[in-house]
This record gives sequence, structure tokens and C-alpha cells, in this order.
Amino acid sequence: MHTESKDFDNDLRLEPPIVEGSRSLKEIDDAIIAPLNRIPNIKFWIALGFTLTLLMTGAVALGLSFYYGTGLWGNNNPVGWAFPIVNFVFWVGIGHAGTLISAILFLLRQRWRNGIARFAEAMTIFAVITALIFPLIHTGRPWVAAVYLLPYPNQHSLWVNFTSPLLWDVFAVSTYFTVSFVFWYVGLIPDFAVLRDRATGKIKKLIYSLFSLGWRFSNRHWKHYEMMYLILAGMATPLVLSVHTIVSFDFAVSILPGWHTTIFPPYFVAGAIFSGFAMVQNSLIVIRKIFDMEDLIPMRTLELMNKIILLTGMMVGYAYSMEFFIAWYSGNQPETFTFVNRAFGPYWWAYWIMFSCNVFIPQLFWFKKIRRNLFVMFIIAALVNVGMWFERFVITVTSLSRDFLPSSWAYFTPTITDFAILIGSFGLFFTLVLLFVRVLPAVSIAEIKAVTSKGQPSHAHIHISNGKSNEAH
Amino acid sequence: MNNEKLYALTALFDTPDGIMKAADAISGQYSRFDVNTPYPVHGMDDAMKLTPSRIGYFTISIGLACMSLMLYFIFWTNNVDYPQIIGGKPFFAFPTYVPIMFEITILTGAVLSVAMMISVLFRFPNNAHPLHDSGYMKAVSSDKYGIYIEAKDSNFDYAKVESLYKELGAIEISPVYYDEEELNWTPQTWDPKFVIGTLGIAAFTSFSVYMHMNKVLFLPPFNWMMEQPRADYGEESEFFADTYSMRVAPAGTIARGFMPYTYDNPDSAAKYLSNPTVPTEENLKLGQRKFTSYCSPCHGNLAEGASRLRGQMPPGPDLRAEMYQNFEDGRFYHTITKGKGIMSGYEAQITREERWAIVNYIRTLQKAYGVPAPKEETEAVAENMDNNTEASN
Repeated sequence: MHTESKDFDNDLRLEPPIVEGSRSLKEIDDAIIAPLNRIPNIKFWIALGFTLTLLMTGAVALGLSFYYGTGLWGNNNPVGWAFPIVNFVFWVGIGHAGTLISAILFLLRQRWRNGIARFAEAMTIFAVITALIFPLIHTGRPWVAAVYLLPYPNQHSLWVNFTSPLLWDVFAVSTYFTVSFVFWYVGLIPDFAVLRDRATGKIKKLIYSLFSLGWRFSNRHWKHYEMMYLILAGMATPLVLSVHTIVSFDFAVSILPGWHTTIFPPYFVAGAIFSGFAMVQNSLIVIRKIFDMEDLIPMRTLELMNKIILLTGMMVGYAYSMEFFIAWYSGNQPETFTFVNRAFGPYWWAYWIMFSCNVFIPQLFWFKKIRRNLFVMFIIAALVNVGMWFERFVITVTSLSRDFLPSSWAYFTPTITDFAILIGSFGLFFTLVLLFVRVLPAVSIAEIKAVTSKGQPSHAHIHISNGKSNEAH
Repeated sequence: MNNEKLYALTALFDTPDGIMKAADAISGQYSRFDVNTPYPVHGMDDAMKLTPSRIGYFTISIGLACMSLMLYFIFWTNNVDYPQIIGGKPFFAFPTYVPIMFEITILTGAVLSVAMMISVLFRFPNNAHPLHDSGYMKAVSSDKYGIYIEAKDSNFDYAKVESLYKELGAIEISPVYYDEEELNWTPQTWDPKFVIGTLGIAAFTSFSVYMHMNKVLFLPPFNWMMEQPRADYGEESEFFADTYSMRVAPAGTIARGFMPYTYDNPDSAAKYLSNPTVPTEENLKLGQRKFTSYCSPCHGNLAEGASRLRGQMPPGPDLRAEMYQNFEDGRFYHTITKGKGIMSGYEAQITREERWAIVNYIRTLQKAYGVPAPKEETEAVAENMDNNTEASN
């Protein structure tokens, strides 16, 4: 199909082979499964030790919070939605990139996604798990709140409030988690069957057999399977847009200046994809190094992701400017005050960290050299994550700390417990990511085989019998 | 080996083109055949003459059906079972139902379709298929493309199929056998392994539920309902400059719907307050609803003092006891309003009409119970209540 002499770097119309180097199908199996079967190298243990340390920090802080109560946090009146909600929105946003890569890019037939789709989906699931912790701990008694969020018939004959954005959020995020998990598992079934057929130990084989459900690679099954995958991608696409839309409703449906704007849903979704891609980028660069997967996740994939970061970064920048414009153009005094207060009030430092990390720094990706430099793109992606965390901080805290009633204004100062829980959430997320890459195939074996250079029949042979065209895949 | 029967004759090919040609040739002559490839090969459905999957129709119907059910459920809770005015919205606030209806459509459409596909279309989980563990399966799961024709096919003839495979350029041809006895094995209910396994799971579940409900929930911090750091009525506060923990509204403030309540002790309330409501069916239903929402957690669903808080708070007294049968309506009303002992006042949560409806409902429960409890028991209950009151102070 493609020859080595073509200039893939400069001619954007050319699509290079997804898998760099010419590997046979068996070598692909070996390469993807290798991290599962060998004892991990020292890089893995160092990384795991580091993330577990972060996780333990968060666990201790959370334990103290449960024991002594949420008074250990900096939340005050009027800033009742402080770190927990900031972290929740941040982590839910991180998850969105995974679904975008696995579903939206699948529907748009972007074949470069195949190498990173499984990993990005796993990141979605872990990010949503991390996110779900925060609204629950924010209630102070998560072991009770977790039950009361669901509409179940109870002795008090009370129902949840279906008209509240907070309950929409419960449904949106739990649906998002469930559907992402199902999507991920459906993709994993054939890979479990590969692992089953290659397993050496009896216990390993039993476990893989259970999870593969007895998959036989039958084409009569592939037929339904491919259709189901397409449908799931089709459903995950509006779902992922709806989730951050509904998260933004938590703010937009209230009447607080700075929150009550119709730009919030698209602005939140763009921001979510922006931060999610940055997080995928950060994790991929590390995982690629730790598990030596340089040719399964080629530089071209990373470069394309940088372009998406550049694009969504400009969308976010547009939203920031438009908020200011509307605040002025609407002539609404509280609105104008809120935005001037954001940029030049007591939280000016947070605002300008957010603005420079999200709008100015990604502009460096206009340069090809920077887009293809691992070290620089890691730093930029990390800064984007910092910036996006501060975006949620700015939205949540500045609006609350100075609302309509000047007598109740107060400055929010986070405590060490707040920071420890935030650090712990990173620990949880990266621990799950590292363990995932260790125990499950991080690249979809079936999908990557299907896009190898000799993976599909040559066109002369397709539809010999009835001439019906089925080029849809 | 004497039970082994031929399941199918398999052939392996090493290129996608080879398997396409083979599938095209075989689909014309045989019906019970299948192609196994490590990944979906483009155009294979046409070569095998398979109809396109219609699973999408199932997804859309189940999704829309569940969406309608959800709409009905939200409508029922908000309009029929427990109508409440929230944020000034109408009871039937359709736009606010849309996000949840949308999420439910996606959730059920995705989850139920996948469940249906796996269980009905694939008949999974099935790890006992004759092909499993064969060299053929290991080859097609890795890098070969395989096709097999079942021995059950009406046109099946071993020699003919073998020569057809050779003609098509198969790189390996091998038969797959199955053990009929093994395939026809049915699970036995009284198989000792199964019985022991089931009992083990039952014992583990019972033990963990018992430990959770009776031990874990009584460990700190889960049992701290009684020891919450809070400012009590009349307590000195370190937080406020005027040292009053009780905050007073700015002068001249009147809460909406405020009616002064002038009784400061239950005796005067009992003496001068009379019940303005009539226990009609509607009134009692209102009382029942409010009683189950607010009173039943401590006093029990029938006011029998069966607290659901399981010792984390002292149980409420049995309101059907003789002592309470003799209470005046005003005394009950005063207790609901202002609280008593560790029971806090419900002035802010329950309206006046609802409080009287609760009184009427308690009266109904007392009448249904009928005969007053023996005297000693009543005293014990009263004494118990007094102890609790003291303990809380």
C-alpha cells in the first residue's frame, strides 16, 4: 500500500502505516502481551512506588477527614463548593478525552487512534472513578450519601429530586462510567481470547477464559460485534457531550453571576477535551517509556494529539474572551463585576495562571519541532493540566467568594488536607493506569492487527461473488 | 477416545485473500460453516453471504422503551406519589426531566444491547465449545485465518471437503473432535462441590452482612450521630463576638408564613391549644406521609418505638402506650414543634397543618393498637425516655 519513500511528515494527505516497522501478526501479539508476562523492570517499580506514595497521602488525609469531619478542609461560607467540586469537575473532564479518542475518532475513521484507544478508554474509566470520589466525600458521610443518591423506594417515602442539576449529574456521570466500562470490556473480549490461547499457567488460563466468555473469533460473531461497537461509539458520542454539559448545568442553572451563562456547556466540553488530551499525552509519554512501546505508539500519534490540544486550547481561549465580552455587552452590573473581579480581584493569580497555561502556552504547538519534541510536549501538557485545574478553581471559587451580598464575602484558603486529597487523587489515577498496563493489553490487539499493512484483503478480491460494496469499515 | 465424534473439518489460510476466496467458494455449497479470523476482515460478510446485523433495532427500541418508563417514573414521583414545589417549578416540569431521560436511553440502550448480544446472539459464556483448546483455535487467535465446515452439514463429506480445502490452497487441514458425553453434561443440583460452594457463599454473605449491620456501623466514625460538634440552644459560642450561639435575625425580620408560637412549655400548650383539623381521610394520609418521613426513623412505622437507627441514637418511645394515649393533642403538637429531650423541634421542616395531621395520625395508630399496654411496661418506657433525656443533657 504505502512505500517507505513517501514523505509522511510533510504531505498531510498521506496516511502512514499505523504500526511502525513491519511486524508480523505474531510479533504484534508478542509485543503487546510482553508487559503482562515478564516481571516488570525497575522503571515500573519506581513509578508504582511513587504513585502509591501519592495514593497513601490522599488515603491518610481522607481517613482523617472522615474521622474528624470536613472541618479539616478549607471550605467556608460562602465558598462551600471548594476543592472537592473543583477536583470533581477536573477529573470528569480528564475522562472525556478517552471517549473522544475511542468513539468520536472511531466514527470519523481516524485510524491513528487504534494504537491509543484502549489506553485512552482505560484512562476515562479511571478518571471517572477518581472523579466520583469527590462529590461523595463532599457530603461528609459518603457511606450514607452513596445510597441516598439513587431513587429507591424507602421507608421515609421520599424520592430524589429529579428536577435538580445535581441529580442529573448523578445520572450523567454514572451512565458515563457504565457505558465507558461496557465499551471498554466489549473491546477487551477478543483480546482476552488471545491471552487465553497463549496462557501457560492453569490459573491464568482460567481467568482469561472467564473474561473472554468463550470468544471464538467467529465471523458470525464479528458481524454483530462490529455493529455493536459502531452503535456503542455512536451512543458514546452524544453521551460524552452530555456529561460535561450536565456538569456545567450544576453551575449554569444557578443564578450566581459568572455561572449563569449559556456558553457554559460548549465551553466545558471543549475544556474537558483539552485537559483530557493533555492528560492522555502526559500518561502516554510516561507509559511509552516505561513499557518500551515506542513503535506501537508512534511519534505521529503524539503529534496529532498535540494538534488537537492546540485546537481545543484556542476554543477555550475563545470562551474566556467571550465571557468577558458578554459581561460587558450585557450591561449587567454583577456580571461585569464578577469578571473584572476574576482577572483583577483577590484571585488574579489563579486567573492568570489559568489564562497563560491554557491560552498562551499551547500556542507553542504551532511549531513542528515543538510538536515532535517529547520533553517539551510533556511540559506543555503538564502545564495545560495545571491551567485546566485552575480554570475550575477560578470558576468555582471566585464566583462563590464574592456573590450578591458583600457582607458575606470571604476569601477561600485551602488547607493541607485539601492538597493531600488532591495529591491522593493523582496517586489513585496513576496507580490504576500503571496496574492496567501491567495486567491487561494496553493496545487493542484485534484493532491493531486489522490496520497492519497486509491485514485486509486486496481490493481485487473483495466482493467477487455479488459485487455489493461494503467499504464502510 | 471411544466417545469422540467428528465436529468439523478445519482449514487454515495465511492471507486474508486466501480466506476470502475460500469463504466465497464454500458459502455457495455449505450452510453450516464458519470463518474464524483474528480480527474482522473487510467484506467477509458478503463472501459468507451473511445478512447485515440488525442489532441496532433492538438498541433503539429498548432505549426508547426505558426512556418512556423513566419519564413515567419521574412523572409519578413528582406528580402523584410525593408532589413537592421545588424552585417554583410546576409539578410536571418536563424540560428538567429531559437530561435524565436522555441518560437513561443511552444507559439502557448500551447495556441491554450488549447483554442481549452476548447472551442471546453469541450464547456466551460458553467455554466448552469443541473448537476451544484446539490447535486451530490457537492459530486463528494469533495470525492465521481459518474456516471450518461442520460434520452436521447435509452436504458434508470428509474426502470432498478435504480436497476442496486443498484446492483452495489451505496451509493446514485438521479435523476437530468432541466428546459427546462431555458436551451433554448437565449440572447436578446435589453435586457435593456445588452444594458446598453455595453454602460457602451463603455463609460468607450472611457473615459479612451481619458484621456490617451489627459491628462495623457501631465503630467510630459511623456511630457518631450523638456526638456531633454543634452549637446547642442557649450555649455559649466561641465563634461569634456576642458569645451567643443562637443567632437572632435582624430586627424587624419576619419569615414568610410566620405565625408566632407563644407556648413555652408543653403544659400550657396542652391546656390552651386545641386541634383545628378534622381527621378526614385526606388529612390522615397527609399525616401518614409526614409521619413516615420525619417521625418513623426513631419512633417506628407504627409509632411502636422500633427505631431504625439501631442504637446509634436512643430509640423513641412507644407512642401507643397508655401515657401517650392520655396526652392532649396540644402536648403532642408542642413536642413536634419544639422538640423534647434529644428530639429536636420540627418547626422549620413541618408546617402547622402537617403537624396537626401528624397528631391525628398518631391518634389513629393508637386507636388501631387499642388496649393500652400493661402499666409496668408504660412506666418502664417513660423511665427509659427520662434516662435518655438526662443522658443527652
